[in-house]
Amino acid sequence: MSGTFVGMPAFPKAAHDAVRNKTLRGNLRHATHTIRDKRARAVTELEDWARLREAGKQIKDHTLRHLDRYLVQLEEAVTAAGGIVHWAADADEANRIVTYLVKATGETEVVKVKSMATQEIGLNEALEAEGIHAYETDLAELIVQLGKDRPSHILVPAIHRNRGEIRDIFKREMGEWGRPAPEGLTDTPAELAEAARLHLREKFLRAKVGISGANFMVAETGTLVVVESEGNGRMCLTLPETLISVVGIEKIVPTWQDLEVFLQTLPRSSTAERMNPYTSMWTGTTDGDGPQTFHLVLIDNGRTDTLADQVGRQALRCIRCSACLNVCPVYERAGGHAYGSVYPGPIGAILSPQLRGTESEIDASLPYASSLCGACYEVCPVAIDIPEVLVHLRERVVEGGPVTRKGAKVVLKPAKGHAAERAAMRAARWAFSHPGALRTGQRLASRTRRLHPRSLPGPGQAWSASRDIPAVPAEPFRDWWQRTHGGKDDAK
Amino acid sequence: MSSRDLILGRVRRALADVPQDDTPYEQAIDRAYLREHGDRTTEQTVDLLAENLADYRAIVHRTDADGLPGLIARLLAERGSRTVLVPDGLPPQWLTEAADATRVPDRAASTPHELDEIDSVVTGCAVAVAETGTIVLDGGPDQGRRRITLVPDHHVCVVRVPGQVVSSVPQALERLTPGRPQTWISGPSATSDIELDRVEGVHGPRALEVVLVSEE
Repeated sequence: MSGTFVGMPAFPKAAHDAVRNKTLRGNLRHATHTIRDKRARAVTELEDWARLREAGKQIKDHTLRHLDRYLVQLEEAVTAAGGIVHWAADADEANRIVTYLVKATGETEVVKVKSMATQEIGLNEALEAEGIHAYETDLAELIVQLGKDRPSHILVPAIHRNRGEIRDIFKREMGEWGRPAPEGLTDTPAELAEAARLHLREKFLRAKVGISGANFMVAETGTLVVVESEGNGRMCLTLPETLISVVGIEKIVPTWQDLEVFLQTLPRSSTAERMNPYTSMWTGTTDGDGPQTFHLVLIDNGRTDTLADQVGRQALRCIRCSACLNVCPVYERAGGHAYGSVYPGPIGAILSPQLRGTESEIDASLPYASSLCGACYEVCPVAIDIPEVLVHLRERVVEGGPVTRKGAKVVLKPAKGHAAERAAMRAARWAFSHPGALRTGQRLASRTRRLHPRSLPGPGQAWSASRDIPAVPAEPFRDWWQRTHGGKDDAK
Repeated sequence: MSSRDLILGRVRRALADVPQDDTPYEQAIDRAYLREHGDRTTEQTVDLLAENLADYRAIVHRTDADGLPGLIARLLAERGSRTVLVPDGLPPQWLTEAADATRVPDRAASTPHELDEIDSVVTGCAVAVAETGTIVLDGGPDQGRRRITLVPDHHVCVVRVPGQVVSSVPQALERLTPGRPQTWISGPSATSDIELDRVEGVHGPRALEVVLVSEE
């Protein structure tokens, strides 16, 4: 994945700093609670929500199971409709392809629709290194780009900024990039949106190359779908002469009819709307309407490695709605930056370590960035069992084992720093298989309870720094049971 | 090896553990969800469309074929529109009373800057979805190129009711032809990017007026 986040500290360190930022916590709390209640109302409107969710899950699972077939079918359909399909095994290859395609047009600037895939591969930085300026046109992406900031939410990358901060960024930075912010700009959302409209319009009108991702690709027809709100997507998809769409291979659905499920579940899950303001669908090129050259760049970049994991592959069902972020108690407090990835929140905690591997400190810590409360699973419109995958990845971090990296099977060593945990588990295994020793140990613990420390020494210190040590009862349960029931139920 | 073959090979190896399953796709998915929500008369479906369009800040008008030219003329006059974009196949009688606005044809050669100078656009639509308050354009003769309903700041969209109205998203997709370029529009452009609260009016037309014209 992108180099943007290389060298990020592990989640606990980053989260520790983030929760002390009162503005950040206030902004996140306000935004996530606003959307949480609205989403619940939007979902309640559809009495068949559970069935739509199940169908969405089945469609995605079926697609992943036959992904090779659908990729080939998609390629044929897009090609037949006048598009050109490219394949990129990793981020570097995708960036090389896009850079080459932009250079071939002779242009040195491009307008971009918000796209997770291009953030994941670090496309803007790669283009900039080749002298090509990429302008983000989604309002939140614009705020992040102007503020020289990093995204912290899948849907609303600037969720960590409040209106006052956004006004300050606009006033300070817009002039550097093009049309300055209007005089006397206030912090009302309508005025801020108007400032973005004025600032970006000149870029839309002169753009010759647009770059997008896609929410869905229909294999049978070759149709791409972009779901958006502001109209910046429509600008980038229809005004330029050349359109380059960079899309992860898991974004396929088999048939046109399948859109009937996701066009109902995605808007309600992400912005809590019955329908988002604008959805664009295009199939290759259309004579005289929109870009006359269309390139589709299909990227793997860790997706096939994720597909090889029997438990973890369900993460590829994700339609990037961000409902799991908005309900997550950990995300609400720590914020998106602490996850050290363009994919924050619960889905990021299972996606990033799979796409990138668990070798780095941040990726090895992400499966632990959760209380396993399960709220993310409840709201997921494609029923990804995020807690299940988190536990699976924790096991992989601690125990190591076989994984797939860049298409090859390798065996991971157990991660460093979990030696105490492994020793404790080995001790527990031994104790539970030796009842006599367990009984003696429990009685000893009960009798010495007044002497127990409030925090653990040595390697246990980190664990007890943020947790209370469970109090040991005055009498072990088994002794109590023997004393009060006298084992009389054993006779049955 | 090409990256195409590399990726397809990785996919196949990744799925080596999955048992063979040749269930035809039509039978593989449990589509137990509803084709539409609720039980409504045709009239109620049109009312629901009007209600949901208005809920997302589209301005809704209702008229019949005789009243349509007068209504369109009034909407353009109220905006002070001096120029109006017209798709090739727009029924000429719709604009017979809009004498003050200069008609600008939808041409492939027009530049985006030229479109930006135009005040309004009048189109028909392909289908409208009541449950979501959505109008769908598919580049038909009375709708024109995608960009003409994007760059001008005022869009008047005529929906023939009840003929062009469906209840639900599944019913809309059944009516549409996949290969055509489509734009699904639900209210004027909006954003939720500031504190996750919806604000209308960003890059697309800030005024969307939908005229429901009854067919006799």
